[in-house]
Amino acid sequence: MKVSVDRERCCSSGMCVLTAPALFDQDEEDGRVILLEAEPPEELHSAARKAVSFCPCQVITVTDD
Amino acid sequence: MTETLSSAITLSPRTCPFDPPPELIEQAEARAITPVRFPDGHMGWLITGYHLVRAVLADPRFSARQELRHAPIEHRMVEKGLLPPAEPGMFLRMDPPEHTRYRRLLTGQFTVRHMNRLIPRIERIAADRLDAIAEQGPPADLVHEFALPIPSLVICELLGVPYSDREVFQRHTATLLRLESSLDEVNAAMAGITGYLDELVRSKAASPGDDLLSGLIETGELDQGELVRIAFLLLVAGHETTANMLALGSFALLTNPAQLAALRENPSQIEGAVEEMLRYASIFQIGIQRAALEDVDIDGHHIAKGENVILAVQAANRDPERFEHADTLDITRPNNGHLAFGHGVHQCLGQQLARIEMRIGYRALFERFPDLRLAIPADEVPMRSDMAIYGVHKLPVTWKEVKQ
Repeated sequence: MKVSVDRERCCSSGMCVLTAPALFDQDEEDGRVILLEAEPPEELHSAARKAVSFCPCQVITVTDD
Repeated sequence: MTETLSSAITLSPRTCPFDPPPELIEQAEARAITPVRFPDGHMGWLITGYHLVRAVLADPRFSARQELRHAPIEHRMVEKGLLPPAEPGMFLRMDPPEHTRYRRLLTGQFTVRHMNRLIPRIERIAADRLDAIAEQGPPADLVHEFALPIPSLVICELLGVPYSDREVFQRHTATLLRLESSLDEVNAAMAGITGYLDELVRSKAASPGDDLLSGLIETGELDQGELVRIAFLLLVAGHETTANMLALGSFALLTNPAQLAALRENPSQIEGAVEEMLRYASIFQIGIQRAALEDVDIDGHHIAKGENVILAVQAANRDPERFEHADTLDITRPNNGHLAFGHGVHQCLGQQLARIEMRIGYRALFERFPDLRLAIPADEVPMRSDMAIYGVHKLPVTWKEVKQ
């Protein structure tokens, strides 16, 4: 699985950090998403998908290998 | 299909204090989107289906701009039908890029990490309130003693607003939220609260403190008017919403003893319980309003440019197509995905703060008073059916046991 984020459109809700803290963080300045793990291990795949569905601005994309 | 289309707002009395009014439920059961008439005669749409509400909130073809809005409440109609444009700083009623500019000045202050740092302080505030309640002895009104003071104290500290001035902003906020308030009363309350904040911002500019408002002033990005209106948005949104969730959620738990017992037995379920409270016990009275910027076809309906839509989050959060046993409070519900904080670029800026306040508040309350119960029959609890933000006016409770 590959994860990518569009920081330009991020609205800093923090939902990704709440849902998958191992994969995402927020910028200290403006709260925008910081991707920690672009190729997450298997056990984090479901959290990554949840983060996609909870993101209010739909800026997270996952693609399966 | 005529009588159900007479009004955009379904403020008919509720039969269950936690469910949307039966009229709205009927509309939601019949169809996910229904044409509705606004008080000024404008024909718009009421959207109740979860997937549609979510799709519209994420769709940039639907605008939050105030000047595209038809008043949903008769008393607040303006002569020309449409409202004036939002004043600078009122970013809730703007679209990107204006909205983005304001929001990004604030989002760094409301990150998950930043809010987590407030936990010890919020725990202290909650404990102090509960100490005061215990010392006074039963009965107590949880709204007055607990649900309103906690978020008010927290947002005052965060913004740098003296809590001792709460009477001023709480009184004006009540007028703003009262559905029966006339446009003149609303304007006077608005002038009262912004007049207060105008002075506060000036005094902070002269002698800054270690708070969010002082920090915003120091960025040099905002003029006086913008600062005052942003302070207004944060102050009002920061205490009324959470206060009503704390009280309405406590009421929901007190009247669902099996759920409360499950939470007491397993306090680690608090996070899921808070999400479920946000879904089940909605404080939305009308819904979120948007206007189509162009012709849009959704779900077989043609929404013409300029038409207003009311997104009834309170109904969407009970959509049986999205939620199993949608009308049941279930603190173990997986993959909640409620829309209580909205969705899209306007999703609640303070949601991570609200979550923490609710987790701490509910948990501390039911730990401290293990046998807490209503002091009056549940059907006598006065509901906020007359306010733009739903909840309870009072929540009288009693107890025998106090844990330290």
